[in-house]
Amino acid sequence: MNIIVTIKQVPDTNNITIDPETGTLNREGVPAIINPEDKNALEAALTLKEKHGAKVIVLSMGPPQAEKALREALAMGADEAILLSDRAFAGADTWATAYTLSCAVKKIKDYSLIIGGRQAIDGDTAQTGPQLSECLKIPQITYVQDVKVEGDTVLAKSVFGNVRRMVQAKMPALLTVTKEMNEPRYSTIRGIATAYREKKITVWNSKDVDAKPMRIGLPGSPTQVRKTFSPKHEREGKVFAGAPGQLANDLLGVLVDNNYV
Amino acid sequence: MDFKLNDEQLMIQEMARKFAKSELEPYAAEWDEEAKFPRDAVMKMGELGMMGILMPKELGGAGLDMLSYALILEEISAGCASTGVTMSVQNSLFLGPILKYGTEEQKKKYIPDWAKGKKIGAFALSEADAGSDAANQRTTAVLDGDHYILNGSKNFITSGSVADGFIVFAMTDINKGHRGISAFIVENTFDGFQVGSIEKKLGIRGSPTTEIVLDGCKVPKENLMIGEGAGFKVAMGTLDSGRVGIATQALGIAKAAFEVAAQYANVRIAFGKPIGAFQGIQWKIADMATQIDAARMLVHRAAWLKDQGKPFSREGAMAKLFASEVSMNVTKEAIQVLGGYGYCKSHPVERFYRDAKITEIYEGTSEVQRIVIARDVMKQFS
Repeated sequence: MNIIVTIKQVPDTNNITIDPETGTLNREGVPAIINPEDKNALEAALTLKEKHGAKVIVLSMGPPQAEKALREALAMGADEAILLSDRAFAGADTWATAYTLSCAVKKIKDYSLIIGGRQAIDGDTAQTGPQLSECLKIPQITYVQDVKVEGDTVLAKSVFGNVRRMVQAKMPALLTVTKEMNEPRYSTIRGIATAYREKKITVWNSKDVDAKPMRIGLPGSPTQVRKTFSPKHEREGKVFAGAPGQLANDLLGVLVDNNYV
Repeated sequence: MDFKLNDEQLMIQEMARKFAKSELEPYAAEWDEEAKFPRDAVMKMGELGMMGILMPKELGGAGLDMLSYALILEEISAGCASTGVTMSVQNSLFLGPILKYGTEEQKKKYIPDWAKGKKIGAFALSEADAGSDAANQRTTAVLDGDHYILNGSKNFITSGSVADGFIVFAMTDINKGHRGISAFIVENTFDGFQVGSIEKKLGIRGSPTTEIVLDGCKVPKENLMIGEGAGFKVAMGTLDSGRVGIATQALGIAKAAFEVAAQYANVRIAFGKPIGAFQGIQWKIADMATQIDAARMLVHRAAWLKDQGKPFSREGAMAKLFASEVSMNVTKEAIQVLGGYGYCKSHPVERFYRDAKITEIYEGTSEVQRIVIARDVMKQFS
C-alpha cells in the first residue's frame, strides 16, 4: 500500500504579524514549518504504515526552500519525498495547487490513500484537499479524527461541529485530518541523520508532471486576492452587575436580541 | 573557518529544543522540589536516540558525533539540568568508556539497552577520600576463580539509585598507586551490590546522587576493562569527554537563565519604563550574552576536536572551567535582574542558580581543570 501525504511549508503564524500599511505578512525571521495539521496527516500515515505496512510518500509544492519541510517529514519516518518546484507554479491558488498536485499523483500512479491536513495556517481555506480529490475523481472524507483500513476500504470518523459521522469509502480515497486525530511524533536523532545523509528528495517541474501551462500558477488561478488586512476589534465588552437572577435575565436578553439563541 | 551549523545539525537542535520545552521544562520545578528522577522523560529520550548519541547504529545508538551531542545536551540541560546530567553520564561516562575501551563482547552486551535508554548507566570513581585525588582508591578487587570480588564504597554517584550498570574502579594491586587501579562493568543485580545513602542536595535534585556499597560484590572476570591496572587510563580518558558534557550542561543552564532574565527585562516596568531600558540592566544582559557565546564556542571547539580525532584534553578542561564559571555568574545575575522574584520559587532562576553550582565541582573541580590546563600549557613552554 502506498500512502501519499500532502504537506505545505508555512510561516509559523504563531510568530507572525501583519504590516498594517501594506497588509502583507512580516516574514522576516519567521521560521518556516510544516503546516501543523499536515503533520497530523503524516502521523496518521506513519501509524497506518506501522500497522499494515506501507510506503509513505510525502508530496509538497513550493519553492526550493520547502526542501526543509520534506526533510523533516523524512526524519519523522516518511520513505520518499517529492517536491514540485517550478517558477511556473508561483502564484497558484488552491485550485491550481490541487490541479498541480493531481498531476504529480497521476505520475506516482500507484496509491491507496492520500492524506492531508484539513487546512493550512497561512490561508485557512481547507479547499486544496477536497479539490485534489475532485481532480482525481476519488472519494474524499474530510475533518477526519480516526481512521481504519479494512481490505480495500477505508473507514473514517469525520467530525464537523456537533456532527460525528462514520464514513466508509473504497480506496483510493483522500482524507483530510484535524489536529484532534493524533499527536505527531518527534523525529529521532537517527531519523534526522538518515533524512539528510541517506534519503533523497525528488524534484519535479511542470513538464515532469505533464501539467497544462494554463492550469498552473497565476494563469490557472481563478482566485485573486484584492487586499489583506487585520480586522480591527472595535467592539467593547459589556459588564453586567446585579443579583444572579437579574444577571441571568439580562444576559439572556442580550443573547436573544443578537439572535444567538 | 565556518561558524554555521549545517541543516542536519540545526534540525537536531530544533528537535531537542522542542522536546525540552514540552517534555522537560514544564515539569523541572516539580522534579526539583520533590527530588524526583524523571524516568519517563529519560525513557522517551532513549527512544529518540539521546541516550546513546555517539554509539554506532549497529549497536542501537544514533551514530552521531560529539558536536551533535553538545547541541542536544545544551537544549536538554536548559529544559532540566537534572535530566541533562543523567544524559551526560549515560553517554559520556558509562557508554563512552565501553565503546572506547570495551571488548567486543562487552560492547554487544552493554551498549544496545543503554543506548536506547531502556537501562541507566553510572560511573563510580569517587570515594570518601578520593575525589580530586582520584588515585587514592580504597575499594579493592581480588580475583577468585571466575570472578573478581569487590569490597569498598563509592561516593557521590550520579544516578546511583536508578542505574542498572556501573563503571566501577577498584584496586587490584594496592601497592601500585594509580597503576593498581582497574575498571569493571558492574550490574546492580550482582551479588554484594548495594545502594547506600542518598544525598540531599542543593541543586540537580532530580538526579539521584548516592553512595554505592560493594560488600563482596561478585563481578565476572570478563567484565574487567582492558586489563588489570588500566583503570586510571580508563578514568582519565573517560573524564576528558565527560568534561565537555558538563561544560555543555553548564552552558544550557546559563542559556535558560539568560533567556528568562532578558525577557523579564523587557516587560518589567520600573520608574515608568522597562528595566531593560536602563544601562545598569543592559550591561548585565550584554555581559551575560557575551559570556554565554564565548562558553559555547569553547564547548563546540572541544567537541569538534574530538570529532576530528585530535587531542582535546586541554580544550575540554578550558570549556568546562569557563562554562561552569559563566553558568554561576549568569544565573547569579539573572536572579539580580529579576530581583525579589528571582529569589523566589515562583520563577525558575533560583533553581538555575542552585543547579549551576555543581558544574564547578563534579567531573573535575575548577581547580583540577586549572591544573590540567596549566600542566599542558607549561609543557609547551618547557
